[in-house]
Amino acid sequence: MNASKANVGIVIVSHSPLVAQGAADMVRQMVGDEVPLAWCGGDPAGGLGTSVEAIVGAIEQAWSPSGVAVLVDLGGAETNSEMAIEMIGEPRMDRIRICNAPIVEGAVMAATEASGGSSLEEVVATAEELSPL
Amino acid sequence: MAANPAAATQVEITHSVGLHARPSVKFTKLAKTFPCEIMVAISGDGPWVDAKGIVKIMALKAPAGTLLHIRATGEQADDAVNALKSLVERDFDEGAGNAAAS
Repeated sequence: MNASKANVGIVIVSHSPLVAQGAADMVRQMVGDEVPLAWCGGDPAGGLGTSVEAIVGAIEQAWSPSGVAVLVDLGGAETNSEMAIEMIGEPRMDRIRICNAPIVEGAVMAATEASGGSSLEEVVATAEELSPL
Repeated sequence: MAANPAAATQVEITHSVGLHARPSVKFTKLAKTFPCEIMVAISGDGPWVDAKGIVKIMALKAPAGTLLHIRATGEQADDAVNALKSLVERDFDEGAGNAAAS
């Protein structure tokens, strides 16, 4: 691995903690552990949902100086991720991107790209190759 | 450095599930460790796709028995082609027991 340049981190945000953890497991088993990775899912009461605080925490956990790519599932996961990025604020928010990609496949593809030391832009583009035009 | 070195080979995919998800990730990750341009195709006539592009490699959906064409241009082209060929020959370092989960 290139020690002079950190790999982009990956964050998985699902309404379901089981989905988020399962996607993270697939990344770890298929890609390996050279990519910073964190997940969150579920609302604080234990139901389905997403929480801005938990997303902020996951981004902090997976933080890399090269940036973080966020994979989300449905509507609220995206809007809450946007709020989390706002909360993190400048200057780091410029290095956090939400990928327009399916959450499981996108996470594996993004992590594969990130494992080779690619830039945040390349990692996001790889995940988004999966999306229908 | 002399003219751009180039290398090419062909290798049959013997892994029972072919170039599916996990083998594709391993193949792409290995390709990314080389500085040269590496292209692969499932036919000698192409189309050729970037070996470092995970989405395109997975989209090949190359099944077992496919003759995979690999070519590289640039620094370490020989090493890259040999390393990738070897990975395919080793069934992506996955025993038969792992194949079902790939």
